[in-house]
Amino acid sequence: MNSPTGPAPAAPAAPPDPALSSRALARRRRREALVGFAREYARNRAGLLGLGLLLAIGLLAVTAPLFIDQTHLTITGAPGESHEPPSWQFPLGTDNFGRSILDLVIWGARVSLTVGLLATFVSVTLGTLVGVTAGHFGSSGGVGGRIVSTVLMRVTDWFLVLPTLVLAVALAAVLPRGTGTIIIAIGLTVWPPTARLVRAQTLAVEARPFVERARALGGGHAHVMGWHVLPNVMPVVLAQTTLLVATSIIAESTLAFLGMGDPTTISWGGILEAARTAGAISAGIWWYIVPPGLAIAVVALSFTLCGRAVESVINPRLKGQS
Amino acid sequence: MTSLLDVSDLRVTYSGSAGDVPAVRGVDLALDPGDTLGVAGESGSGKSTVALALLRLLPASAKVTGRILLEGEDVLQMKWGRLRAVRWVGASVVFQGAMHSLNPVKRIGDQIAEPLLIHELVGPARVDARVSELLEQVGLPASRRRDYPHQLSGGQRQRVMIAMALACEPRLIIADEATTALDVMIQAQILALLGRLVRETGIGMLMISHDLSVLAATCDRVAVMYSGRIVEHGPAREVVHEPAHPYASALSAAFPKIGDPGSRLAPRGLPGDPPDPADPPSGCVFRPRCAVAETVCATVDPPLWPVRPDRDGHADRYAACVHVGTGPGSLGHAGAASGSGGMSGPGGASDESGTANTEETSR
Repeated sequence: MNSPTGPAPAAPAAPPDPALSSRALARRRRREALVGFAREYARNRAGLLGLGLLLAIGLLAVTAPLFIDQTHLTITGAPGESHEPPSWQFPLGTDNFGRSILDLVIWGARVSLTVGLLATFVSVTLGTLVGVTAGHFGSSGGVGGRIVSTVLMRVTDWFLVLPTLVLAVALAAVLPRGTGTIIIAIGLTVWPPTARLVRAQTLAVEARPFVERARALGGGHAHVMGWHVLPNVMPVVLAQTTLLVATSIIAESTLAFLGMGDPTTISWGGILEAARTAGAISAGIWWYIVPPGLAIAVVALSFTLCGRAVESVINPRLKGQS
Repeated sequence: MTSLLDVSDLRVTYSGSAGDVPAVRGVDLALDPGDTLGVAGESGSGKSTVALALLRLLPASAKVTGRILLEGEDVLQMKWGRLRAVRWVGASVVFQGAMHSLNPVKRIGDQIAEPLLIHELVGPARVDARVSELLEQVGLPASRRRDYPHQLSGGQRQRVMIAMALACEPRLIIADEATTALDVMIQAQILALLGRLVRETGIGMLMISHDLSVLAATCDRVAVMYSGRIVEHGPAREVVHEPAHPYASALSAAFPKIGDPGSRLAPRGLPGDPPDPADPPSGCVFRPRCAVAETVCATVDPPLWPVRPDRDGHADRYAACVHVGTGPGSLGHAGAASGSGGMSGPGGASDESGTANTEETSR
């Protein structure tokens, strides 16, 4: 998994053209590496399915304002009657205010995807920083470094044993309401597994001779961590990222369902919560509950499939397994 | 003139859960500019520990005492910032196993430029030119700078490591088993390259290897280490071809000589294992494996004595064995004098290598 070009055949098939500038050569090599990665990824059918679903959902979310009239999403501007069953006008029926469920679900993808991606970014960044620092100082920092490492890992453990949901709910309750709060609440709670994973990988990289060489050249801590360790743990971090997006989206829906979200924004969790307060479950109004629930499941599954596919491409040991 | 490297009474002790383990027990080394010194010894003899101690690269659990003067400045007393500045500029290391000493996800040009940028020796604009220059110097085309390590062969990677070691124009290069993982042809090329660089630039080289024939081919002087100590020290040719210490002679005899049917028919290994450094035997540490051990060896731990001294007691060769000693506690002048007298004949001396000591015992 340390090969920068992935499993791509590294040597260009064509003989090197002397007229080609070195930069053009580098660009071609990068392109070949990318093509190799894509080809390997394409062999994973589940990964392709996940990627296709994600692209479709992403496209819908981005272009939603073009075909959904935003006034129809407000309670006062709702186009239909309350709790209309699916029809040609409203393919997935309407909610208790008469809004189209299909429009709501499509619009909800915007918030769910944004929160999922940003919260993942926050937690992966935090986890990578903590993991690389703890791993680096734990293996080569002397007594002081070992203290830093131990403190960092005990903090990680503390976050790890706290129930994620309870902590996120507490954070969301304390901070002012809004999408930003949800992102921070999720980002600050789901990072510990990433930190542990990255720390383990850092320890493995630090044990390799080129790190000793880097120290012998006079490289300091920042140089070793930034230049040598980080590029070598990136594959693990990337795979972890795709898997974490699914977790974050579910966490966002959970928080919104529990009423911790911003009531003025439409998200999948928020729709589910509205369905519950409207008594959709006891009234048998299935078209209110099933679409947002399915949307959450499909997006989470797609990200997981993509994550597994990326993992199998960059981890040679998983190759050949489906 | 201050010598390039002057190590005296270097001791390294690893402290672990099982107590303190002395890995290096009092080593003295000296190296002048343009000089090459080889350090030989089997695994666990402490030769790599010595190399790493020179730049304080040992883990924090290792306690280093003694004095390491690098161009007159004591490495062990340096502050952290000064030490970092000295690393690679004062002395650089060609590491064992070039496959693993290069970062697999970085281009080799960037890795050669790494020490240049860390020490800010050349401006960013000059870095590219300097990297090309270094690659040419070790016999690689400058266009290979854009390659990743996995695109190079083992020998090419070792060349890259040497280019990296030369980057900051250090006064001293420490080659730690630099050719061990390479096949014999590549090994010869790399050794020739190192020899040429030493001759051209006048840098000093400390070469560490378990392979005496490699050291004999490249070094002016050789020191043989056993269990954390230097047991024999002298001009390379003499130490390899007519060793005075029984361990050095066993090490030398372990290499079969081409064209000598005797060495093929009578392979000479060394029975037993190196001593446990945490619990060394009494007296001479080599005694349990020594073919010529005497009763006195159980009580006397001989220091380095001059072998074949001239009238003033000076010699260019030293060995730590009671059989070559001339001082108190040794077997006395007679044995050593007659032993060395037998070896001193210029012709046929190498034929007797390894047998000289057996002759001594018989007396």
